[in-house]
Amino acid sequence: MTASSSHPAVSLDAPRLIESPPLVVLSNVTKRYGRITAVDDVSLSVYPGEVLGIVGESGSGKSTVMRLLNLEETAESGEYQFDVPDLSGNNLFTLDRYARRKIGVHHIGIVYQNPHLGLRMNTTSSGNVAERLLMTGERGFDALRDAARASLAASEFPLARMDDLPRKLSGGMQQRVQLAKAIALKPRLLLLDEPTTGLDVSIQATVLDTLKRLQRTTHITTVLVSHDLGVIRTLADRVIVMRYGRVVESGLTDQVLEDPQDAYTQQLVFSKL
Amino acid sequence: MTLASLVKPQDTYSYGFLDGHAKRELRRRILKAIAIPGYQVPYASRELPIARGWGTGGLQVTLALVTPQDTVKVIDQGADDSVNAANLRRFIARMSGAQTTTDTRAATLIQSRHRIPEERLTEGQTLILQVPDPEPLRYIDADMARARQMHADTDYSPMWLVLYEQLVRYRRYVQGASYPSLVNGRYVMSPSPIPRWDTPKLHQAAHLTILSAGREKRLYAVPPYTDVQPLEFSDVPFEVENQDGWICFRTGARQQFMNELPQADGSTRYELSDTGYAEKLLTHPQAPSDTYYTEGRFYHDGFLKPPRRLA
Repeated sequence: MTASSSHPAVSLDAPRLIESPPLVVLSNVTKRYGRITAVDDVSLSVYPGEVLGIVGESGSGKSTVMRLLNLEETAESGEYQFDVPDLSGNNLFTLDRYARRKIGVHHIGIVYQNPHLGLRMNTTSSGNVAERLLMTGERGFDALRDAARASLAASEFPLARMDDLPRKLSGGMQQRVQLAKAIALKPRLLLLDEPTTGLDVSIQATVLDTLKRLQRTTHITTVLVSHDLGVIRTLADRVIVMRYGRVVESGLTDQVLEDPQDAYTQQLVFSKL
Repeated sequence: MTLASLVKPQDTYSYGFLDGHAKRELRRRILKAIAIPGYQVPYASRELPIARGWGTGGLQVTLALVTPQDTVKVIDQGADDSVNAANLRRFIARMSGAQTTTDTRAATLIQSRHRIPEERLTEGQTLILQVPDPEPLRYIDADMARARQMHADTDYSPMWLVLYEQLVRYRRYVQGASYPSLVNGRYVMSPSPIPRWDTPKLHQAAHLTILSAGREKRLYAVPPYTDVQPLEFSDVPFEVENQDGWICFRTGARQQFMNELPQADGSTRYELSDTGYAEKLLTHPQAPSDTYYTEGRFYHDGFLKPPRRLA
């Protein structure tokens, strides 16, 4: 039990079936806000095509890990490796703002729990999606329309409403616009930060359904943060459990959820049941 | 009691009202602005005997550049005879001893609000535009620190998002004034606040344009023969206002920028916005031919392409 919490990555981290090198590696990352250590010596790797779930209570550091992965912030110590052309081997935390932004635009898509963080509420839904293409220099109006339409269709958004403002859409539809925006440039890494929290159960199910289908068809590498074990069980291949900024347990989803080793994970799983 | 008895004697003022240091600073800022076309140069905006928002930016540049040999024209919304234009013209003349005129071709310095004259400006002429809001990115992001970062990164993609929204909602570009334009391939500037009609006049222009915002304390410039490209999508070209069929009721002119005058009976009359040009049309039988637009066609190819109607 204690062994698994002090060496989280040794035995369970890389199932042997995955043979390609990891797409994303965080090694010994520490992030502090003043006296608070939000993320404490966390290491994790994400392999191409898999869904990594991160669970933990509020304040466990899972959202900070997400912000670090999205390059919104840099860590005090530790390394962030991302396997993209002309970057492999570089620690992304040491790059300048301009270079980090470029990687974020081209290779990372994110869906926030709060759609106000991810969307311009007074810009049409299609415009929100088109903005991602504008950032890469696309200047053809027809091309932007087509790309926005394709991306919204992929996230199963009703195309009749593609020119509506997000603030006039329901919560589930706002999440679909965020998803369409995140996948518009076919990123290598998709980050889902509590994507269905706050939606009612039936809508949550359809959004999860879309995410599942997207994952099955595109095999996009995904990191999913949630405190809802049902969501994790549905989507994630592997899961890591965080508490007080540390990784306390990690492994295959079924393994961790059926046979939790760490005391905190046991509490988490049984409180859910 | 007369006005003359209330004001201080003329010789107690510096030449051109501003003191020597202020004029020197302004000239240095202007040189920097010319050296980096479209870049907003901060300057210490001085107090003037008119309020902020009434053209203090333009007036400071005019006062820093004017000499007794200059001929000054002041335009307000195309008109030489509006109160603001008349006041500024009188003030500049009194403080500098320069000649004043309403003839675009005769002027060496033209201070303007909202318009570029219809007659083509030539080499050696300087156009000074009064600017209310120099920052084209303010509409996108109210944070000036982030706007400066975007200028530094040449990250202007949100400007196209604004145009995208216009095309989606109205099927055409609807920005009435200050149409964002890329200067010399580097900085996006707000050619503020001239109508879209006047924006192409800045491209490869023979004259020097200085744009100055007194309240915002920033000035920028378009040197002669510099590229000024209105932002547009590659498949939806920029367009100027469509005023086909509008005829000036005073001069009979067509295909120049008009003011729309609603009448009491519900009808509309149109009149040339550029009063100096209208005056010439009325007094000279031979109309000046060297205008920017002739019969709806621009005098050079510029960036104007055939329009595209969106379905």
